[in-house]
Amino acid sequence: MRAELQRDTRHWLIATACLTVAPHTLWLPSWLSALCAILLGATLWQAARARRALPRMLLLFIALAAAAAIKLHFGHFFGKDPGIALLAALLCLKLLESRSSRDARAVILLAFFLQLGLFLNDQTLAIAALALCGTLAATVTLQSLHLGAQPVRVRLRSGAMLLAQALPLMVVLFIFFPRIPGPLWGLPADAHSGLSGLSDTMAPGSISELILSEAIAFRAAFDGPLPPPEERYWRGPVLSEFDGRSWREARFSTAAQPPYVAAGPAYRYRLTLEPHNRHWLLALDYTDQAPPGSRYASDYKLLSTRPLRERIRIDLQARPQTRPGAQEDAAVLAAARRLPSTGNPRARALAAQFAAPGATPAEILQRTLEHFRDARYVYTLNPPLAAADSVDDFLFDSRAGFCEHFSSAFVFTLRAAGLAARVVTGYQGGELNPVDGVLVVRQSHAHAWAEVWLPGEGWRRVDPTALAAPARISTGLAEALPAGTVLPLLMRAEFSWLRQIRQRWEAASNHWNQWVLGYDRERQHELLQRFGIGDTGWQRLALLMSAGIALLVVALLAWAYARPRRGDALDRAWAALCAKGAGRGHRRQAWEGPLDYGRRLAGACPAQAQEVHAIATEYARLRYRPPADGDAVRALAQRIRRLKLQ
Amino acid sequence: MPHQRAQQLLEAASRIILGKEHELRLALTCAVAGGHLLIEDVPGVGKTTLAHVIARLIGLHYQRIQFTSDLLPADILGVSVFDRDNSAFRFHPGPVFAQLILADEINRATPKTQSALLEAMEEQQVTADGQTFTLPAPFFVIATQNPTTQIGTFPLPESQLDRFLMRIRLGYPAPAAERALLMGEDRRELLQRSAAVITPQDLVDLQRDARQVQVAERLADYVHRLLAATRQSPAFSAGLSPRAGLALLAAARAWALIDGRDHVLPEDVQAVFEAVAGHRLHLAADGRNASSQHLRTTLEAVALPG
Repeated sequence: MRAELQRDTRHWLIATACLTVAPHTLWLPSWLSALCAILLGATLWQAARARRALPRMLLLFIALAAAAAIKLHFGHFFGKDPGIALLAALLCLKLLESRSSRDARAVILLAFFLQLGLFLNDQTLAIAALALCGTLAATVTLQSLHLGAQPVRVRLRSGAMLLAQALPLMVVLFIFFPRIPGPLWGLPADAHSGLSGLSDTMAPGSISELILSEAIAFRAAFDGPLPPPEERYWRGPVLSEFDGRSWREARFSTAAQPPYVAAGPAYRYRLTLEPHNRHWLLALDYTDQAPPGSRYASDYKLLSTRPLRERIRIDLQARPQTRPGAQEDAAVLAAARRLPSTGNPRARALAAQFAAPGATPAEILQRTLEHFRDARYVYTLNPPLAAADSVDDFLFDSRAGFCEHFSSAFVFTLRAAGLAARVVTGYQGGELNPVDGVLVVRQSHAHAWAEVWLPGEGWRRVDPTALAAPARISTGLAEALPAGTVLPLLMRAEFSWLRQIRQRWEAASNHWNQWVLGYDRERQHELLQRFGIGDTGWQRLALLMSAGIALLVVALLAWAYARPRRGDALDRAWAALCAKGAGRGHRRQAWEGPLDYGRRLAGACPAQAQEVHAIATEYARLRYRPPADGDAVRALAQRIRRLKLQ
Repeated sequence: MPHQRAQQLLEAASRIILGKEHELRLALTCAVAGGHLLIEDVPGVGKTTLAHVIARLIGLHYQRIQFTSDLLPADILGVSVFDRDNSAFRFHPGPVFAQLILADEINRATPKTQSALLEAMEEQQVTADGQTFTLPAPFFVIATQNPTTQIGTFPLPESQLDRFLMRIRLGYPAPAAERALLMGEDRRELLQRSAAVITPQDLVDLQRDARQVQVAERLADYVHRLLAATRQSPAFSAGLSPRAGLALLAAARAWALIDGRDHVLPEDVQAVFEAVAGHRLHLAADGRNASSQHLRTTLEAVALPG
């Protein structure tokens, strides 16, 4: 078919291309995004001014140049990124040369394909919504190729109807399609780059950088009450080795059984971790009954047997009041007392004061705590740059720092006084999303605290930051910082409405993550079992899927055939009244005219007789006294909707 | 308001002819549509009275022609008589030159006489000795006929039946109406005492207004489907002709006008359908006219949207 494109179809086509390419610009190289924008602009100009198409040779040249540039940029044509880049460029070029409906169809197919391509990069709810808009636009465009001019609203509605008809099929495929392990969309290579989170070393400034990120680290959904804020310590790497500037993890062993006896009240929760490419599971202290696929480290953190390269979901149980480490290994304690031989002399001198002869470890700890409480250290997000002796600098000169300074100085002082102590990093707190009751823990909740070993008691958690800024633990970061600190937008109190929107959005995202992206074999099995389908082997699933699809097709066909022929808005309004009447047991006979039926229905419903009669008369007038005026038709339809027959 | 006058006329007529509102209304519809009416029934049910009432209440110039087997065309149309004074033939108009003609027992006359009247009805004029005489306006013929099974009748052929817009049956009155009839005063006296409710000019105006009643595309579509249904139905030997379709619409327009509307509804078509189609449809089984039951079934087979 070489039919010329309608003006209106051309506009739809351009809109579809814009909607399709726009989200891709998040990942496309910027020069390519600019090229696409220029090409789309040129198409728009050409359509608006009814200019002739550009010469084919020029288009060919641009295509070749773009392909060459893509090859230069990525180094190859293989894989997702160059592939999508090439398709985006081709889509824009094809649009520019589109004249016939055949060209338009090619553009629409490309657009559909690129909508799918979006999910290779990102599978969030927002991208899904954008892809849906793009798909709707493409469907409407495809329709406009075959149907004449129609108002936009009618177009969108029929496009949406078409998509909605595909919905049951989509649901059946989604539920029954056999799942393979691994993420649904992400390619394996994606998980290795660009993920932020804790690291296994801590130098001054490493956490305060992280803390400005509002990205979600994990979510925890508790069965029952939440632990109090002062027990919400999510354990990450435990840092025992200090080289005078940065802290590192010491060697640890792993075991299938916990190295402590869990005690105290238990909290059950489901942890959904965002990928961070490391092994640690950031469980709430102290885990009891680790699930399969995880192991206990000797420093009490919970580890996954594989690095977390995709979002995972595990069910855990914590007993925060456990006192671990009463019988600690001598090597571990030795490592927890070791300090570099030189550096930070003033801190060592201070520690020597605390460790006066005859002082018990508990007394030393008490004195150190009193010092941290009384010295009025300032908690700040922007500590001054540390000098070579970072601990001395914090304790005596700048007297201001962040949790990493506090914990580092605290542990250093205790070690200098002869106690075994170590830095623990992880997350503290979390914010409860009131929408779905899930505790959301962000990168901004990253924290560092200390653990001290006391003979006879074991490891005791001490949070020196809490001594200087108690609000940090009980209410959160924003409260704890001195007034005037520039905070990220969403942490500020005056943007609470913004926070509410974000909470809703995150709750929705969480459902999306849990039920759409996280619908894996396990969930599939869980769901199907609820419907009494125990065997979820792929043959069984394939059978169920085919049966489901067959049933759907039959149902759709039956619906299409059984559906009475629908007319215009006026017919639909009248049909609505007839349906209401039929609901009261007064079905309109097929041949019954409006006035006759109105009279009969009015006789049957005396309370609404007048209104029914008026409606029937109005319908008869609108239907049989042309031309019908659209407002009157709408008013009548509304009147019929409001009518309640008794 | 023309339709209010029509209503007044109907009310006045109902006081004289008891319990026949629907038939009276059909008869008036027929007059407003500019057609002619055939009343078929056994003697004595009020056919003649109905014609009288209409003539009286509209104030029409009324002529009654009793059809007999020896009636000749000239007895209806008139004759040319030689005028000695002018030495020329002069046409003496027959009883057909009236505004309302009651052709009583039309099927008792010979076909030749029948067709003379029917031609005059169709042409609205009479031609005699090369001269054409126009019939007065309004011109409305009410013919009565006895059921064709009676002895001594010449049944009207189908093509002649088609000239009547409607055929109605009066039937016996309802019990209550009949009791009132027996108890009340003489109908003829009542008739003599009643005055015209509307003028002949009013009838002409009504006829003009009826032609302007709107027919929506949807309604034309409905009429078309109704016609198609009679053509497809195995019950009838032949379906309704396009002329019958036009007749149906004209009657429906007049009915709608009398109802006070300027547009035709399916109900209007349904109301006049039996009267308009009954004498035009013949049963495939025995060639007799379609019964009400058959017509009702046909109506119910054609659905309206909604």
